Amino acid sequence: MNFLQPIGRIFLAFLATAGHLIMFTVTAVGSCARPPYYPRMILRQMLDIGYYSLPVVGLTALFAGMVLALQSYTGFARFSAEGAVANVVVLSITRELGPVLAGLMVAGRIGASMAAEIGTMRVTEQIDALTTLSTNPLKYLVVPRLIAGLMMFPFLVLVADIIGVFGGYVVAVYKLGFNASNYIQRTYDFLQAEDVNSGLVKAAVFGVIVTLMGCYHGYHSKGGAQGVGAATTNAVVSACILILCFDYILTEMFFAK
Amino acid sequence: MTESTPKIRLRGVDKAFGAKVVLSGMDLDVGVGESVVVIGGSGTGKSVMLKCILGLLKPERGSIEVDGKEVLGIGAKERERVNNKIGMLFQGAALFDSLPVWENVAFGLLAQHLVSRPQAKEVALSKLAQVGLGADVGELWPAELSGGMQKRVALARAIAADPEIIFFDEPTTGLDPIMADVINDLIVKITREVGATALSITHDMASARKIANRIAMLHEGKIIWAGPTSKIDESGDACVDQFINGHADGPIKMAVRA
Ligand SMILES: Nc1ncnc2c1ncn2[C@@H]1O[C@H](COP(=O)(O)OP(=O)(O)OP(=O)(O)O)[C@@H](O)[C@H]1O
Ligand SMILES: [Mg+2]
Repeated sequence: MNFLQPIGRIFLAFLATAGHLIMFTVTAVGSCARPPYYPRMILRQMLDIGYYSLPVVGLTALFAGMVLALQSYTGFARFSAEGAVANVVVLSITRELGPVLAGLMVAGRIGASMAAEIGTMRVTEQIDALTTLSTNPLKYLVVPRLIAGLMMFPFLVLVADIIGVFGGYVVAVYKLGFNASNYIQRTYDFLQAEDVNSGLVKAAVFGVIVTLMGCYHGYHSKGGAQGVGAATTNAVVSACILILCFDYILTEMFFAK
Repeated sequence: MTESTPKIRLRGVDKAFGAKVVLSGMDLDVGVGESVVVIGGSGTGKSVMLKCILGLLKPERGSIEVDGKEVLGIGAKERERVNNKIGMLFQGAALFDSLPVWENVAFGLLAQHLVSRPQAKEVALSKLAQVGLGADVGELWPAELSGGMQKRVALARAIAADPEIIFFDEPTTGLDPIMADVINDLIVKITREVGATALSITHDMASARKIANRIAMLHEGKIIWAGPTSKIDESGDACVDQFINGHADGPIKMAVRA
């Protein structure tokens, strides 16, 4: 029965990590509810997440929309259904690709930098120093990041939606020869508030996931530079997996009827 | 509170990391307004002791009292109240690298909302002056300072809010002998004139003799000798004698292989 032992050990370790993570989440969200707040820190994080991620998110969305138009055109041409390109582009971008691609890209950018920054603060005792200077490190470091993530991800996804649809339009009109006003009309007819809203809700959830993973792994990093490196990797990988996982769960909640 | 209640009182404190026992049954008293220096070999748990008092590490057993009140296992609110009385100089400085030097020094003042920002800056600059750093240093970033300058900024941060209790973890390591003496004088001034209670750690015996009313030696997880500074030379303890004279031969064996 020895082969069961490693499995059991891995399972226990997994449960322990999940427990830690849930505890961390509960304490962090709990500290959101009580002052003090640090508006400077929130603003700085909002700028970092919202503004400086715009190029990455914009480029990703642009090319995603362009390739989507191209692919769906070559696919639908076989059934003489080229007209559906506009519908496919707007539906896929707003429901799925906008939130998921933006989430994944920003997970790489923001999750990694948060884990590295907080991890370095942990291993150089800066987090201990915060505690000795009448400051709760969760409220000072984690809460502003969570709030900024929650607020800025939907904004980024809205931008991604617009640029993504625009990318599809550019390819459809200038390369595939669609009529511009017809394409816009079809996009407009097919666009429903529910699609956009579901994408924005997903974005808010992804924002919490990415910032929480960055903070959690940074906060619990051990050792020196190596520990911070491991925390950074873990933050990005776990954020990406959780994004895809929650994407399915949320899609199921919104659209499975 | 009577005069006899020590400011800090440790009884039977045990702390281990996994199988590695660092503190085992440690007892220590620090009286009100007293300046106690803890000496001991590298890695004997001196920094761990300070972190246990601050609640950054949790001892497995024992009791730690500050102002006669147990501080082990207290809630976050009370812990904050206790820590507000304490200033801590970390061994590695632990400056916030995302803030300029003056904001580092003023951090505790601003966090406790004791003063406005311009006032806090004024206090910060005067504390920097006390550790021999000019106002121009206040505008620099911690990464732009030398190791010894970082240490002095950290010292200024520890004393900025005029705490009742100050922990100095190796305040003079990394400083030149003249600056070390300036810092020694500063510590003496803070304890003698302001009446703060100081618990310091140092390897520098000259510094220890200067700043301490009492010296305690930590060895193998316990205080093996404690007494007035004037008695350190006639402690009658072989370990203490070996340590203060810095001999390689003696009861303390360093884990090195030639
Ligand atoms: N977070 C930690 N995890 C595991 N072990 C630790 C940790 N912190 C300290 N230790 C161990 O505890 C022992 C005491 O460490 P401590 O930092 O208190 O030494 P010290 O007496 O301050 O030494 P030095 O004079 O060199 O600063 C060391 O052997 C160290 O390995
Ligand atoms: Mg130490």
